[in-house]
Amino acid sequence: MTDQTHLFIPVEKNDKKLSRGTRRQKGLPDAVSGWLLSLPLALVLLFFLVLPIAMIVVVSFWGATEFSIYPAFLFDNYEFLLTSPVTYQVFLNTVKYALITWAITLVLGFTVAYFLAFHVRSLTWQIVLFLLCTIPFWTSNIIRMISWIPFLGRNGIANSTLISMGVIDEPLEWLLFSDFSVILAFVHLYTLFMVVPIFNTMMRIDKSLIEAAYDNGASGFQTLTNVIIPLTKPGIMIGSIFVVTLVMGDFITVRFMSGSQKANVGRLISNDIALLQYPSAAATAVILLVTVILVIAILLRFVDIRKEL
Amino acid sequence: MTKKLTEKGISRRNILKGGAAATGVALGSGAITGFPTIWAQNIKDVTLRQFGTGVSNLNEVAQKVKEDLGFTLEMTALDSDAVTQRAATQPDSFDIADIEYWICKKVWPTGNLQAMDTTKIKNYDKIVGIFKSGKLTPESTIAQGTAPHTVGFVDGPDGNTFATEETGWMTLIPTIYNADTLGIRPDLIGRPIGSWTELLNPEFKGKASILDISSIGIMDAAMVCEAMGEIQYGDKGNMTREEIDKTMAIFTEAKKNGQFRAFWKTFDESVNLMASGEVIIQSMWSPAITAVKSRGIPCVYQPLKEGYRSWGGGIGLSKSLSGLELEAAYEYINWYLDGWVGGFLMRQGYYSAVPETSKNHMDENEWGYWFEGKEATGDITNPFGDVLAKAGETRDGGSFLERMGAVACWNAVMDENQYMVRKWNEFIAA
Repeated sequence: MTDQTHLFIPVEKNDKKLSRGTRRQKGLPDAVSGWLLSLPLALVLLFFLVLPIAMIVVVSFWGATEFSIYPAFLFDNYEFLLTSPVTYQVFLNTVKYALITWAITLVLGFTVAYFLAFHVRSLTWQIVLFLLCTIPFWTSNIIRMISWIPFLGRNGIANSTLISMGVIDEPLEWLLFSDFSVILAFVHLYTLFMVVPIFNTMMRIDKSLIEAAYDNGASGFQTLTNVIIPLTKPGIMIGSIFVVTLVMGDFITVRFMSGSQKANVGRLISNDIALLQYPSAAATAVILLVTVILVIAILLRFVDIRKEL
Repeated sequence: MTKKLTEKGISRRNILKGGAAATGVALGSGAITGFPTIWAQNIKDVTLRQFGTGVSNLNEVAQKVKEDLGFTLEMTALDSDAVTQRAATQPDSFDIADIEYWICKKVWPTGNLQAMDTTKIKNYDKIVGIFKSGKLTPESTIAQGTAPHTVGFVDGPDGNTFATEETGWMTLIPTIYNADTLGIRPDLIGRPIGSWTELLNPEFKGKASILDISSIGIMDAAMVCEAMGEIQYGDKGNMTREEIDKTMAIFTEAKKNGQFRAFWKTFDESVNLMASGEVIIQSMWSPAITAVKSRGIPCVYQPLKEGYRSWGGGIGLSKSLSGLELEAAYEYINWYLDGWVGGFLMRQGYYSAVPETSKNHMDENEWGYWFEGKEATGDITNPFGDVLAKAGETRDGGSFLERMGAVACWNAVMDENQYMVRKWNEFIAA
């Protein structure tokens, strides 16, 4: 199957060669134009990504008083962080949210994308339905999230409907301000980030491959597991990276949907910042960054995105 | 990150102070109001940037300033943490800081604020004793915590340490203060509540809340633990590590048993929790009670036998304020204490630093209800026109002297603040 995708790559390479050829005619040597072309992006990344992260790492070793921070080279922040049982609990909680949200959004996202790509035949309808998925994004993240609160509350729509239907006698307390409501909001907010990349890769699958599988006697399920899923892997991986990083970096969803009762790493950081403990916040951020990079590195072990794109 | 502005600040201000003193002598004390005539031409161009918590950063005040004084006041409302952060780290982003006294204790050492000359404050003598000697009446005992008078004065214009008595140099001009207690939904509780212990009463499991602002939340927690008889505090406003550990242990256990429905951080959250019935007993602020009531939902600011947890706010001047802007700021302060704002705030349930001037801006019924604890003789409305009480009702907790006289502790910042904050974070994360 990978061979199939490779078929496309030489074509692109040819394109590149062509454009390089034309540029050479204008007189700039390859190496120079290559460096020049990558320069703007390199500068942007240097100033807006590398420098801020370096700053965070530096500050994480600084000391803090109640109202100021001072340059130093201390391990206090890390020591406190790594010796506190709460830190592990909170990281565990963060990973738990990320895993559960990832699993649910993956199933939902894959299903939606599969439906859009293979069951909806006309391109017009595909576009219409796809745009439908994006409608919730016309309002802000926070509004989408907060609108769950009156719905799930003790006297909210969900509870009163269930009671009037006779399903329950007492309102369900765990609907709101619980892990359930946090994950519900995450799934609501981030499923689209799974749908889009998966849909995108699915649309690029050569339909003749599926016909070939069918002609060779594969059942629908076999086609799914042997043809579609392997070919959709890059999309799944990109979607997973989106969802995992978004959930692990979030703090506001957890705060609102759990009524401040649950904590994840983002909330630790935001609490520290609110209390002017920048070095401690920076140390937590560094640990979080390392964790997220590790997770992504593991994810990338499964699929070489560069090769697959 | 600490900025030292002293060198430049001193010279500029000393010159200014000299000038101001000379003018003061020339015009005689109390003639400060003569300034507008001198500055009248250009004061209209002055813009003062004020920031503070939502309680007193009201657009109505800015509008009235424009009307009465002619200059522009820009208001920014932030939460307590953000206010502290801004006052400590961005001294150039504001002219006037509207902060609480415990924030002042934290922020003053950064040197971002300048002390105020009390001789330029017209109504200084009429300011309530709490902010000067610390005593409401000569017989009062001073409550625990960061009592306003302990951080209200510094030795001189450039004093960095707080003075123990009135020195003529004030850190903050008190503007607004109140006594806080628990808010309850009497309709959903259905029995009298009389003690702080009720917050952890298993009867209200899953229906209680506490505010998630560590420095205030810990005080409410301490009031509860002390009332339960679990802990005897030396000073609730300045706990030892052991006291903090014990307090947080009791609350963590309650949290794990599902006592709390949610924690709140902003005013609106507390109103919504209470109005929706998610929570029926919680730490609350006075105007939040008013907001719930004005939706037609019964809500009581329950006086409790152990007393109140009190807070006070005041206006501080940025170190970088000088010249015309500084004069405008003094004029603003004098106007603030002159009664209109006081009346405006008192009709929302707060107290003003100079109650007697506020009286001129309230009618007899309002004054009786809000200040004297008398039965209302007619409808009591807030400044926005919502009816808060009908004839025959009295204010929860009674008169000014009864309420402010029963303060058990002030909002505070402790010596072990950093330790407390970490413990509080653990409590929230537990």
